[in-house]
Amino acid sequence: MTVIVNGRPAQVDPGQTVAGLLAALGHPPGGPGIAVALNGEVVPRSAWSSTGLDDDDRLEVLGASQGG
Amino acid sequence: MDDPRLTGGLGLSPPDPLVIAGQAFSSRLVMGTGGATSLEALERALAASGSELTTVALRRTSPEARGSILDVLRRVGCRLLPNTAGCFTARDAVRTARLAREAFDTDWIKLEVIGDDRTLLPDSVELRDAAETLVDDGFTVLAYTNDDPVLARHLAELGCAAVMPLGSPIGSGMGICNPYNLRIILEQATVPVVLDAGVGTASDAAVAMELGCDAVLLASAVTRAQEPALMAEAMRKAVEAGRLAYRAGRIPRRLYAEASTPTQGVPDLSDRPAEGGQLEPEGQRRQPAPAGDG
Repeated sequence: MTVIVNGRPAQVDPGQTVAGLLAALGHPPGGPGIAVALNGEVVPRSAWSSTGLDDDDRLEVLGASQGG
Repeated sequence: MDDPRLTGGLGLSPPDPLVIAGQAFSSRLVMGTGGATSLEALERALAASGSELTTVALRRTSPEARGSILDVLRRVGCRLLPNTAGCFTARDAVRTARLAREAFDTDWIKLEVIGDDRTLLPDSVELRDAAETLVDDGFTVLAYTNDDPVLARHLAELGCAAVMPLGSPIGSGMGICNPYNLRIILEQATVPVVLDAGVGTASDAAVAMELGCDAVLLASAVTRAQEPALMAEAMRKAVEAGRLAYRAGRIPRRLYAEASTPTQGVPDLSDRPAEGGQLEPEGQRRQPAPAGDG
């Protein structure tokens, strides 16, 4: 199935979780300094491994960047 | 009290920390990280600024980019203040704040809700709604706001930890356009007031502190200066000097001069003799002009 990660389509296996996808993308375990929004809603870190993905889900993976 | 970071290192002046939501900072300059040409330039400027608190934004990230700016902040010893830059609605600002709390493990947030791209002025209505929601949600809200005394009062009353009025639009470098509004905001303030946005050069920061602001937040004035680290040092000194001048209490402005040199004991150096050999009675003598050296 296809999900949208930071605006780009990505193929994931059915049943994939947020934690699984982050690991597949290369983020270190626990994702320090990272926050995730699924279809606009915050997914707390504690729920990453229990939150499954569906087709066409929109995921934002966010971190610190320069800003005033 | 013995912590040298809280004495300002000025020897003569007693400790004068900035306290926001119970957290003490010895520096009253908050340098944001926006606009730097490289992380190396940013690190040098942050170190020169002496800032202990700095803003970061939340943006899309990939594993390769992970943590780099956070590493800079760790090295220079800056506490992190996430912002909601780029948000136009209360809903987006609240979501961004909650994401920042997840990412950075802090409930401090610089709340920015912008009305449009051209002016980047705060949207007062959305700002107020977002501030209320975030305060209720347990955030420590530092609200970037218009220089509107009524709005600033509302933000403080609903529980913001600091109000941060603009001097002029973000990145404009026009300094403090309405010092009178700022004075009213300061006079009625019940929480720290941080001048945020508009500082162009060191004298702007000094004026903000002389007016009585608790701190100055700036980014572009340093990061876009030709020599960012030099400007950062200038800002640090300007904020310190402005704060000391505020505490010292300036003299009033007056239209005419007031001599600092005493007028008593001025010698009579005229070349006319005293009439009839008599001593000139005191009080009839023409007063020489007082020396005006200061």
